[in-house]
Amino acid sequence: MTTETRKGSLDRRHVMATIQAKRGDALMVTGLGSTTYDAGTADHLNTFCLWGGMGAAAMTGLGLALAQPDRRVLVMTGDGEMLMGMGAFATIGAQQPKNLAIAVIDNEHYSETGMQPTHTQRGVCLASVARGCSFAAAETVYSEEELDAVLPTLFGGSGPVLAVIKVNTQRYPMSIRLRDGARLKDRFRENLLGADVAYD
Amino acid sequence: MKPETPPRLWPGDIYQSLKKVDVRQVAYVPDAGHTQLIINCQTDADMTAVSLTTEEEGVALLAGAWLGGQRGVLLMQSSGVGNCINMLSVPLHCRMPLLMIVTMRGEWGEFNPWQLPMGQNTERVLRDMGVYIQRADHAEEVGSVTYAAAQLAFSSNCAVAVLLSQRLLGFKDWSK
Repeated sequence: MTTETRKGSLDRRHVMATIQAKRGDALMVTGLGSTTYDAGTADHLNTFCLWGGMGAAAMTGLGLALAQPDRRVLVMTGDGEMLMGMGAFATIGAQQPKNLAIAVIDNEHYSETGMQPTHTQRGVCLASVARGCSFAAAETVYSEEELDAVLPTLFGGSGPVLAVIKVNTQRYPMSIRLRDGARLKDRFRENLLGADVAYD
Repeated sequence: MKPETPPRLWPGDIYQSLKKVDVRQVAYVPDAGHTQLIINCQTDADMTAVSLTTEEEGVALLAGAWLGGQRGVLLMQSSGVGNCINMLSVPLHCRMPLLMIVTMRGEWGEFNPWQLPMGQNTERVLRDMGVYIQRADHAEEVGSVTYAAAQLAFSSNCAVAVLLSQRLLGFKDWSK
């Protein structure tokens, strides 16, 4: 058995910008915390940012994907957030939503709480977990070229798919101002469903 | 000779209430009391039944369902309520509806003492979190209580738990 020794060198905000540029009409859910903070750099009416409920992102994406089977749904979250809801891999694998993709922005640390290492720095491979849970595709990417190559899978590959994107430990200030969940929910629903349905 | 147990009608009443309010996603961790309802939902072409690894997944799933324009319900046993507490932050803070139907353990004639700490505190911890409680103790009221709870949740954007008394499942005599 070999231990993966490659380290993440990608910049998380560059990754966010690269993925956002290709989103088209995809619906997105971002997880607490840095991924939600990054999402503010490309705020979008089709993005719902979780500011709480750590471990919720992947399952929120599943509920949205089941409700909107004709739309692509992309969950973007961190390694710590994904580890807290790792049972979601099994639930999603059992459900097999074709339109759901998950991108884990993996810096191998809990960056909001003092940079403690997460399990992904200690030999835990989230892509292997997802493959073991019957995901249609699951890979780990380290470089710009690998990131570019995985984008068509994230936005077009038959789901459920996972890309673990290894990034460096660079931290940025919070970019997002809107934190009120009721407002975030209402604007997402109004944009997606129209005001008549959203406030019925 | 053992007397025939009359068929349980209230799971069908819950199912009819869920149909009336157009529930489309049914998240569950199985419980004996929900067996028949889960089968009804699994075989309904207009419903998606989602089996969970833990109950809190269902709270997050139904937040996503609501974002996407669908109504849902979370079925579980009282022991699962404890697993949901922090995740309730999402629907509570976002003012999303959440309908939970909880079969109670640790109360009426419980034989397993390990069920008591969660069962005896289920109602209180839900109330402490800001979840509204609607209790059903008698078979004939289960359908209407569920329907009223669904109306409350979906028309007022709040979290509501229907607690189905352990009495509904009947007393299991483990002393024999």
